[in-house]
Amino acid sequence: MKKLLIYLKEYRKESILGPLFKLLEASFELLVPLVMAAVIDTGIKNGDKSYIIRMCLYMIALGIIGLICSITAQYYAAKAAVGFAAKLKHALFSHIQKLSFTKMDQLGTSTLITRMTSDINQVQNGVNLVLRLFLRSPFVVFGAMVMAFSINVKAALIFVVTIPLLSVVVFGVMLGSMPLFKRVQAGLDQVLLATRQNLTGIRVIRAFNKEESEVENFEEKNNTLYKRQMFAGRISALMNPITYVIVNIAITALLYSGALQVDSGILTQGEVWALVNYMSQILVELVKLANLIITVTKALACANRIQQIFEMEPNFVEADSNVSLKDIKGARVEFEHVSLKYQMAGAESLSDISFCAKPGQTIGIIGGTGSGKSSLVNLIPRFYDITKGKILINGKAIEEYSVKELRSKIGIVMQKAVLFSGTIRDNLKFGNLNASEEEMEEALSISQSKEFVDQKEGKLDAIIAQGGKNLSGGQKQRLSIARALVRKPEILILDDSASALDYATDAKLRKAIREMKEQPTVFLVSQRASSILHSDQILVLDDGILVGIGTHEELLENCSVYQEIYYSQQSQKK
Amino acid sequence: MEKTKGNQKEIIHKILQRIKKYWFFVFLSILFAAVTVILTLYVPILIGDAINKIVTKGAVDFKGLGSIIIKIIVVIILTALFQWIMSICNNKITYHVVRDLRSEAFHKIEILPLSYIDNHSYGDIVSRVIADVDQFADGLLMGFTQLFTGVMTILGTLLFMFSINVTVTIVVVCITPVSLFVAAFIAKKTHVMFKKQSETRGEQTALIDEMIGNQKVVQAYGYEDKAMERFDEINQRLEKYSLQATFFSSLTNPSTRFVNSLVYTGVGIVGAISAVNGRIDVGKLSSLLSYANQYTKPFNEISGVITELQNAFACAERIFELIEEKPQIPETSDAVSLERVRGEISLKNVGFSYVPNRPLIEQLNLEVTQGKRIAIVGPTGCGKTTLINLLMRFYDVNTGSILVDGIDIRKLTRKSLRSGFGMVLQDTWLKAGTIRENICMGKPDATEEEMIAAAKASHAHGFIKRLQNGYDTMISEDGGGLSQGQKQLLCISRVMLCQPPMLILDEATSSIDTRTEVMIQKAFERLMEGRTSFIVAHRLSTIQEADSILVMKDGHIIEQGNHKELLQKKGFYSELYQSQFAR
Repeated sequence: MKKLLIYLKEYRKESILGPLFKLLEASFELLVPLVMAAVIDTGIKNGDKSYIIRMCLYMIALGIIGLICSITAQYYAAKAAVGFAAKLKHALFSHIQKLSFTKMDQLGTSTLITRMTSDINQVQNGVNLVLRLFLRSPFVVFGAMVMAFSINVKAALIFVVTIPLLSVVVFGVMLGSMPLFKRVQAGLDQVLLATRQNLTGIRVIRAFNKEESEVENFEEKNNTLYKRQMFAGRISALMNPITYVIVNIAITALLYSGALQVDSGILTQGEVWALVNYMSQILVELVKLANLIITVTKALACANRIQQIFEMEPNFVEADSNVSLKDIKGARVEFEHVSLKYQMAGAESLSDISFCAKPGQTIGIIGGTGSGKSSLVNLIPRFYDITKGKILINGKAIEEYSVKELRSKIGIVMQKAVLFSGTIRDNLKFGNLNASEEEMEEALSISQSKEFVDQKEGKLDAIIAQGGKNLSGGQKQRLSIARALVRKPEILILDDSASALDYATDAKLRKAIREMKEQPTVFLVSQRASSILHSDQILVLDDGILVGIGTHEELLENCSVYQEIYYSQQSQKK
Repeated sequence: MEKTKGNQKEIIHKILQRIKKYWFFVFLSILFAAVTVILTLYVPILIGDAINKIVTKGAVDFKGLGSIIIKIIVVIILTALFQWIMSICNNKITYHVVRDLRSEAFHKIEILPLSYIDNHSYGDIVSRVIADVDQFADGLLMGFTQLFTGVMTILGTLLFMFSINVTVTIVVVCITPVSLFVAAFIAKKTHVMFKKQSETRGEQTALIDEMIGNQKVVQAYGYEDKAMERFDEINQRLEKYSLQATFFSSLTNPSTRFVNSLVYTGVGIVGAISAVNGRIDVGKLSSLLSYANQYTKPFNEISGVITELQNAFACAERIFELIEEKPQIPETSDAVSLERVRGEISLKNVGFSYVPNRPLIEQLNLEVTQGKRIAIVGPTGCGKTTLINLLMRFYDVNTGSILVDGIDIRKLTRKSLRSGFGMVLQDTWLKAGTIRENICMGKPDATEEEMIAAAKASHAHGFIKRLQNGYDTMISEDGGGLSQGQKQLLCISRVMLCQPPMLILDEATSSIDTRTEVMIQKAFERLMEGRTSFIVAHRLSTIQEADSILVMKDGHIIEQGNHKELLQKKGFYSELYQSQFAR
């Protein structure tokens, strides 16, 4: 939480003035019993009606000033809280944009989204409440004590005993229930997981007739949540009754000691009344505080979750070199004894890989599941940093380039085609904001998407639903290839990105890429031997090790892994 | 407006129906609320009495005071006790109702037609079951604790005040409506702002969902700056609307508090003057002042509770929408259980479409005899997956019928039909739990040997053994931590264990490398022996050994036959096939 407070800094004025005005309001409120005591002691005793009316006018004046102070306080608190949340969101969003793929793999994106949305909202509510009320309550409590001292020291001692006692109860219940609420939240997470899982796996669950056992599982989680909620509720419900008892016992003590002092002429009846009144005010504040505490507890927990994200530093260090890729035409990519070990992983995912891709060449990459094909191509745009060796582009280590510039020269199409909501045009421009109409048309035709795009109503302006739901898998893949082509990349990486295409379209696509005017260096990852057959060089990976490199013919002669892959796909054909 | 009001009535009715089960706790809660309120109100009278005993120097009635103090202590202890019990009752009611609602919703999900689930985002359904129910719980709990006691306190204080002094009470009754009026006015004004705020917030969430959800693509394409720009634009708008909404809604409290202080002053003036005229004593005045405070407090709370409740009702509505959604067509009472399946499947004049007026499958006829292997090929969107949806009865046909062993599948129990099929889908799905649980999903009573045999047969045993805890390794939701291929191997093991009489394989091997695939193929071939199987795959090698190949295009079967026959036909299939090794 502490570290998040820097985002409140810009609202320092508001976050000081807000509570300040709140305190002013509270002070005026504290004066009311004094005025009333005067009414009782002087006005009623002397039967002075005009005095009574004058005092009551004072009270109304106090009320009006209080109202103004309070509205001012609310405004500043709202401004600070809302502004704080906006700043925090901005900072978090931009921080997430800088997180490395490694961190994202660890976290998973769904939790990032919840933290960005609901957690920040909770924190915003918390800040708003704290600015408005949290200072007020202790102030009223202590203010009441101070006022009590101004009336009578002996009676005020009762306040001195009561207030610490109350604090112990309030904080005790708060500290005691905080972990309980955390458990409730964890229980809720479980219920959420069960529900989500049931939805994502609905076909499998129904196919295996597992509906009943899923219900059972859900009921169990649901029940656990219920029990935790009840337990937490039972503890936090203690707060009000206990404070009620303490305050009222203090009142009886006040009455008794007041009676003694009135009897000996030290105090007046009105003053005893005022003392009792201050004690009741404390009770009112405590009840308010109790309601607040849950919100603040939640906000604190959420703030911690946000803090966690901020604490994750982006993994790579940006080089501030002046090596520029800007005007480079054609890219030569060299791997020199490259190894990669993922964080948390036990063994290396790639070991000692060396090869050289000349500008304009097509490099086919093939190998079994988990053999490191994707890992290898993910190294080129520096999605992950290598642990050993060197990757050179046009003779310079990739670390020397700015990441941004490096990536701007690369068009990568990932296994899972991702499109964004918006028009087809928006999605193409995602790759290159300045793409011209012709460039987009060209990219569409190379990626074999022209035909279906032209069939869509509005063509380039056809709307794509979130996640590309209204497109088939193959269409999504083709559009995501078009998006990469629009960038006119020097390096084009296709990471098994034509898997949903039928053979005919796949072949046409590869042909079109080969015939591109400014031929990029292409990395083609595939499971199908047929797709990479005609590459200039084929890399054969097996368990992270480069077991073969060469052309199709060469490999058929000397690489057993390749032979096995190739013939297994061919055998049934013949 | 009228409509929403009627709607709200309906929702309240539905909520009450669900609370009815816990009428005993409701009764207790109301009873204890009443008792608590009466006792709480009695305390100021006692305190007033006590103050009356301490008039001035030398005139203090200690004996009387002592007995009053004892009374006060007894009363407050009772109050505290009842208050606690009341809270527990309220918790019980709320959390019970919430649990029931969630459970009802979940049961519903199990019997909803797949079309509903396919057409709604998971996020939406999940947020109904989780967030909306939670919000509803908050509102309900607040309603129970504050609305009851609030109303009771108002009624009680009025009664007590009337019993003390009528004039003063009338003053109070006259001023209070102002506070309600102010609160209502503010609520009305802020409604629009809240709406704008939540709309903008929705917009922002959608952007976050896309940009962060697909962060890798965003980074790969250097879209960060543009994303930030779009985000900031919305963020600024949201800040503006939030400020308005937060500020104006927070005016309610100070305003009503101001009205309260007016009430308090009113009581002060009238009371004090009455006291001067000797119609009331100081102790009574003190009680009245204290009541004036207590009386106005619930008004603030109630206005808060009402907005909270409205919110809760809106959430409840979303939950009820889900709960009341039309379930899939129930099984007829005379539904037959499929036993000793031979695996003869026939499709007769089947017609189907997801969207009315956009037919997908039309007049589809197909006869599959026992043990035959049917491969389905064709370009994307041709209806391959749909056919599976129909066979498994995830969706019902619009026209025509599907027969298994001569019986219309709509006359079979879903359970027996589905357990007749073993299915491996394109989207691998694993549940959070151990590997063992996942493999044994279809056959929870499988022995260790059976499970390992199945895993070995699908070549999953090797990698499972290498995992930290072997078969007891926990995997997270959706198999996180496993590669796509490993996930698929597990899905295959799952089917392998069940040994179902019929098989459906939907591009099941698309992300397993070809070496593993060959091995799996062999295993499958063993499994497929004598079993009717449907295979959907892009890979021709998978299909070549099929007894019959269906070439689908636009929902129709355009070619049918075995590999050789189709090649000789030189039609669509041969074109597809030839392109495989074309440059």
